[in-house]
Amino acid sequence: MKRTIKLKVNGTTYERAVEPRTLLVHFLRDELGLTGTHIGCDTTQCGACTVIINGQSLKSCTAFAVQMDGAEVLTIEGLAKGEELHPIQTGFWEEHGLQCGFCTPGMILTSYELLQRNPNPTEAEIRKGLEGNLCRCTGYQNIVKAVQHAAQQINNAATESKASPVEAAKVP
Amino acid sequence: MIPSLFDYFAPSTLDETLLLLDQYGEDGKILAGGHSLIPAMRLRLAQPEKIIDIGALRPQLSYIKQNDNNIVIGAMTSYYEIETSTLLKETWPVLPEATSLIGDTQIRNWGTIGGSLVHADPSSDLPAVLLALGAELVLQSKAGGERLVPIEEFFVHIMTTSIEPNELLIEIRIPKPQGQKASYVKLANKASHYAVVGAAVVVSLNQGIIREIKIAFSGLAATPLRAEGVEEALKGQLPNDAIIAAACKECAAEVDALTDLHGSQEYRRAMAEVYAKRAIKAAISRNLSLIRL
Ligand SMILES: Cc1cc2nc3c(=O)[nH]c(=O)nc-3n(C[C@H](O)[C@H](O)[C@H](O)COP(=O)(O)OP(=O)(O)OC[C@H]3O[C@@H](n4cnc5c(N)ncnc54)[C@H](O)[C@@H]3O)c2cc1C
Ligand code: FES
Ligand code: FES
Repeated sequence: MKRTIKLKVNGTTYERAVEPRTLLVHFLRDELGLTGTHIGCDTTQCGACTVIINGQSLKSCTAFAVQMDGAEVLTIEGLAKGEELHPIQTGFWEEHGLQCGFCTPGMILTSYELLQRNPNPTEAEIRKGLEGNLCRCTGYQNIVKAVQHAAQQINNAATESKASPVEAAKVP
Repeated sequence: MIPSLFDYFAPSTLDETLLLLDQYGEDGKILAGGHSLIPAMRLRLAQPEKIIDIGALRPQLSYIKQNDNNIVIGAMTSYYEIETSTLLKETWPVLPEATSLIGDTQIRNWGTIGGSLVHADPSSDLPAVLLALGAELVLQSKAGGERLVPIEEFFVHIMTTSIEPNELLIEIRIPKPQGQKASYVKLANKASHYAVVGAAVVVSLNQGIIREIKIAFSGLAATPLRAEGVEEALKGQLPNDAIIAAACKECAAEVDALTDLHGSQEYRRAMAEVYAKRAIKAAISRNLSLIRL
């Protein structure tokens, strides 16, 4: 039996009837057409499907859509403000943090959570924070640089606007 | 893969949850963090007919507090909350430390201490740590009210515990430290970080002599397991490398160790000896650094 859920995705409220066994990742991709969230494995290991739920990263292949009734969801599509990229996206662009790009949405969203929790991470903290996201192309080196680049940009913007780096990077 | 069909319930109170468990506990499953259950359902290793999603109980069942004798942790407390808890860092830092080795960031956001205990995967970390710490579990059912189970009596076999189908795990109680120090080290599977073998040690010293020691293994056998022989051999000793090595020698030789593609029985037995030694030394040096301060 389908159940009706109401949730906010990237600021837009959706109300949909879903079968309880529908995984969140399938709901986002097939029901809402948000195909930036990727599926890379069957074992909750790759992190390509990572989204942010009420501020916390989640591998969206490992939750049912029905569990998200009332939740606020952020996917990769919700990060840029119109044409203006989020500093983490700019970081991946500038530092070549991607090659094929398959892991990138998940990498960026996990990095988003990382920088919200810790705006000045060390290299070791970046690597530990991203351990749930696998990349088959880059060798991770440039991903680390991308996150460092983003942290720098966010901290600079925060100093200019006298906001905290957490606020400066936060997507409403 | 897509999980098989099930009926979904999302109770909003504890009473409602216990009522549902009373009715459907036999062919239903509680859904907490979902990070063991949903992967199993996706592979159709688990096909429960009813799912009772207790997500709404999170505010009520996730907490880390202390009373006179115990540290008490709500069953739905997430790994992330444990990892970042100031109270735990000050009392039993082994818990945040062991937790930080579990899975990865996303898994630690969602996985719960209660889910880890009831799932009873032999390669999980917290069951062994809580066994060494001598925890007590609080189970609740509509018919039976509250039931206290010492952790020694909880694990029965692989993924099997003494919880009844109509019971919910609601709280974990851990005696406050009284001078003991603890450690946990593991040989982690490279991909998942599950323990191939891990060892948890809780030890107290009196003028350098081992007064009391508890050692528990994860990953080694069907359930978390105490190394009672090693404990006995070390009690009353003034420990040094040679004494620790002698006490741990072939300590898992008689254990019915697991065997799978991550490690043969022989390998796990050998690693149990290695990791027991490392964990004992880590816990002891923690005691000594305390004395020097
Ligand atoms: C890729 C990956 C890597 C992992 N690595 C590790 C690791 O390194 N170390 C480790 O220890 N674990 C690891 N895990 C497992 C993880 O710790 C699980 O989250 C945890 O074991 C289960 O907790 P949960 O809240 O997600 O439980 P769920 O999946 O929701 O439930 C698990 C089982 O417990 C039952 N249950 C849950 N809560 C209760 C309750 N309060 N009362 C009664 N029954 C209940 C459920 O019905 C179900 O049968 C990993 C998991 C994945 C997917
Ligand atoms: S698809 Fe690989 S973790 Fe979700
Ligand atoms: S860029 Fe190809 S998988 Fe990461």
